[in-house]
Amino acid sequence: MTGTVRDAAATDPGQRGGSGEEGARRASFAVVLAVLGILLLVSATAGMAIGSVHVPPGEVWGIVTHALGADWSEPVRSRARETIVLKVRAPRVALGAVTGAGLAVVGTAMQALVRNPLAEPYLLGVSSGASLGAVVVIVFGVSLFGSVSLSAAAFAGALATLLLVYTTARAGGRITSSRLVLSGVAVASVLTAVMDLLLLTTNRGNQAQEVLAWTLGGLGGVQWATLWLPGAALLLGTAVLVVQARSLNLLLAGEEAATTMGLDVARFRTRMFVLLSLVTGVLVAAAGPIGFVGLILPHIVRLFVGGDHRRVLPTAALAGAVFLVWADIAARTVAAPMEIPVGVLTALCGGPFFLWLMRRDARRDAVRGVG
Amino acid sequence: MSGTELAVETLTLTAGARHLVRDVSLIARPGEVIGLVGPNGSGKSSLLRAVYRVLRPDTGQVRVDGADAWSLPVRRLARTMAAVVQEPGTGIDLTVREVVAMGRTPHKRLLDGDTAEDARLIDTALAAVDAADLAGRSFDRLSGGERQRVLIARALAQQPALLVLDEPTNHLDIRHQLEVLGMLRRLPATVLVALHDLNLAAYYCDRLYALHNGEVIASGPPAEVLTPRLLAEVYGVTAEVAVHPRTGAPQVTFLPGEPAGATPAGPDQPRS
Repeated sequence: MTGTVRDAAATDPGQRGGSGEEGARRASFAVVLAVLGILLLVSATAGMAIGSVHVPPGEVWGIVTHALGADWSEPVRSRARETIVLKVRAPRVALGAVTGAGLAVVGTAMQALVRNPLAEPYLLGVSSGASLGAVVVIVFGVSLFGSVSLSAAAFAGALATLLLVYTTARAGGRITSSRLVLSGVAVASVLTAVMDLLLLTTNRGNQAQEVLAWTLGGLGGVQWATLWLPGAALLLGTAVLVVQARSLNLLLAGEEAATTMGLDVARFRTRMFVLLSLVTGVLVAAAGPIGFVGLILPHIVRLFVGGDHRRVLPTAALAGAVFLVWADIAARTVAAPMEIPVGVLTALCGGPFFLWLMRRDARRDAVRGVG
Repeated sequence: MSGTELAVETLTLTAGARHLVRDVSLIARPGEVIGLVGPNGSGKSSLLRAVYRVLRPDTGQVRVDGADAWSLPVRRLARTMAAVVQEPGTGIDLTVREVVAMGRTPHKRLLDGDTAEDARLIDTALAAVDAADLAGRSFDRLSGGERQRVLIARALAQQPALLVLDEPTNHLDIRHQLEVLGMLRRLPATVLVALHDLNLAAYYCDRLYALHNGEVIASGPPAEVLTPRLLAEVYGVTAEVAVHPRTGAPQVTFLPGEPAGATPAGPDQPRS
């Protein structure tokens, strides 16, 4: 009797429907990547075209391709606009794309590692830890903006904070959303207070003002010479995480189940925490703490490509890049000629998204009957 | 060659000052289906967690094919042993097929893709638990019983020579309980399974270990373990045990009322 049921299931259209659904997903993965790739090109072009001095997209392309060594474009543009595009806007767009991609990738991995959908470098205080590390370096004058030691200090601050918040939230076994976010918020408040104290009592006058502006998160004033470090951190972080995507997937099954499927959970998590702190630290040192990118993008991306990290990570990277490039365009233009810190804009989008996510998870838990 | 040997040797597990498991020894020979029975809190889950390497023993050893399970690399052990654990996964949008595919992970190197052989093993595993038609569904939206079957399929996809299951029939309707346990019997693997239902344990297991307060209180073929005296002592219930004329397995019938000589555990009175 069961035999007939099983035979029926084997030839049932239900099974074909199943693989068909997955096939559709896989097709949509390629499509999603292609669409995002094109979108990123469009966004980058827009980012270099839009501003107080408008440069037509065609001319942007001419300038960029010429700078890249192509000779076929007509040199009809002005010197000034070339400088604006190449020296001011292009590095800014590049930093935006790198930061957005990096934060989205870090957020994706962090959500799997602490097994909580609300995890994100900003909400868990990791960005604040990185900021404090950087500020300590600045205030005590060890070095200057954009240098490697700044990033190293930010990395150290990020790692210390992540470990502190994680162990606090984990005390007593299972990590609940409330404990995780509350310990993140509490740690972040203390770190921010210490940072403000340092900045207000330092006698470096103008520099303190500059740093305060930086703590709101912004992409302005970046130069090509300092971009290699965030770029390298992004590439390294994404590459390692994509290679480890299967292990990240295992964590979705739960820690015990992951162990029985061959993952040394504690060791893996520690290594990944170091990696995520490194990427976060470098990005914060370059662009300031920009919140919610790591929260919003992974969740939106999962709606399109599902939860498998082999698909989520690359998609989230591209989507994060597109998102932050546009957020920065908005930051430059919404209140022109004044510039809004891009971190303020992402918080404006991210806060409501966070609340929606929290309500959704509460409803899910209620349906499932877990606390 | 069907299955690998599991030997638990004088294992003790503590949580603070409390003993979860005390001095337990157990052996499962290649191909045997070994049942673990006992009331709530008797140490079944703790013992299993020590076997599948989540709860580190204070003393004693877990040996898989002679090798100390706790000193093997986690991944190597996962190629031999799979487990169905009692732990809810997080709800992050995976399809049933993707969940079962996780079982292939210990056999994969870092950048290996999914092969046709993987796909075949996943299909077989899903069919074995009557879940082929669930493949494309979202794991988060399954019922408790469907989810349980998918988790069993995931363990099967791991191609284990030793399979450890903690209450695998939880949430399953009776037909699927019988199918799953029957399937475990036919598996070319050694099976260690904790079960609540004593009649199912009696019918499907080669031997049983009865745990009480963290200690093995009886072990052997079901007919030797499941006696009215043991049931009164371990569970505090009155029961009759008879050999079922059709199955030949011991059949436990619970009777209302306190067992003779047992102290009442609580204010609950049996209803007629």
